[in-house]
Amino acid sequence: MTIKIAMLYERVRWEEKAIKKEAESRSNVEFTPINILDIILKLFDKGTSLDHDIFLQRAISLFKGLYCTAILEFLGKTVVNDFNTSVTCGDKLLSTLAFLRRGIPTPKTVVAFSEASALKAIEEVGYPAILKPIHGSWGRLVAPLNDPLSAKAIIESRLMLHPIHQVFYIQERVKRPPRDIRSFVIGDQVVAAIYRIAAEGEWRTNTSLGGKAEPCKITPEIEEMSLKAAEAVGGGILGIDMMESPDGLVVHEVNHVIEFRNTVPATGVNIPKLIVDYLVNKVRR
Amino acid sequence: MKVECPECLAEIEVPDDVIVGEVIECPECGAELEVYEIKEGQVKVRVAAAEEEDWGE
Repeated sequence: MTIKIAMLYERVRWEEKAIKKEAESRSNVEFTPINILDIILKLFDKGTSLDHDIFLQRAISLFKGLYCTAILEFLGKTVVNDFNTSVTCGDKLLSTLAFLRRGIPTPKTVVAFSEASALKAIEEVGYPAILKPIHGSWGRLVAPLNDPLSAKAIIESRLMLHPIHQVFYIQERVKRPPRDIRSFVIGDQVVAAIYRIAAEGEWRTNTSLGGKAEPCKITPEIEEMSLKAAEAVGGGILGIDMMESPDGLVVHEVNHVIEFRNTVPATGVNIPKLIVDYLVNKVRR
Repeated sequence: MKVECPECLAEIEVPDDVIVGEVIECPECGAELEVYEIKEGQVKVRVAAAEEEDWGE
């Protein structure tokens, strides 16, 4: 039986190329890359021409990806990751709520909706704290709040941006080594983990900011925490970010359109292959 | 396949298996170019858009 996989994308990153190459190497897979900038989604027509068995959502844009997935699911299609998982992972505040509901250790978080209350809220977690936009990746606009004066300046600057930046999501700054851990969960398996080591002169660990990827052993604690966090957000193909706090691991976010260009060479784990296997098995089940 | 860099007009070699949405770097000027159309073996590129606020993983 031939399995028809469609990959929805916008920008072709290293990851999209690797997934395409892997899928096209399979004799039992018919693979179609679909640029979401080219599609028209007819909400009134369930007999859509998108007749693939499964869709892999790889849009680089959070909002385009979310709404595309929502419509495809409405039309009865199977999308990985599904809408509920994506909407939770795409929003750091909703992710925190999901972790707290399941009792998963996560940094102490406060939320406020005005400049004055945000400044008071920081006192609740104490300085130094961190301000994060609830949407976004790659460390973009993640700011350290080191003292009241710099916090005021940073909070004030957010008032000039889109109103979503007035949802002030503030977290304690966890005492961690200059690295964090990214684990990769595909279905019910933790398939790889890396340390992300902050680049010199940078406190954020994102590899997009020059952070270095080094292999990390999947300890029982990492495995348990990764699977719990994946389950909390609804499961799928996920990247779990966690920090080594003095009291053990704390999970701070889960990513739903995982990048692995640094993880594959660092760990030797063939993540594109595992993604295609997961899609094939999901259709077969 | 070959295409002209819209930034520096250099002639760039594009891999045959290129697909729409791929970003290639002009070896002459370093501009990041996005492939936006492939028709009858003709590739069209434009200077790639900068990172958007909701981009990510």
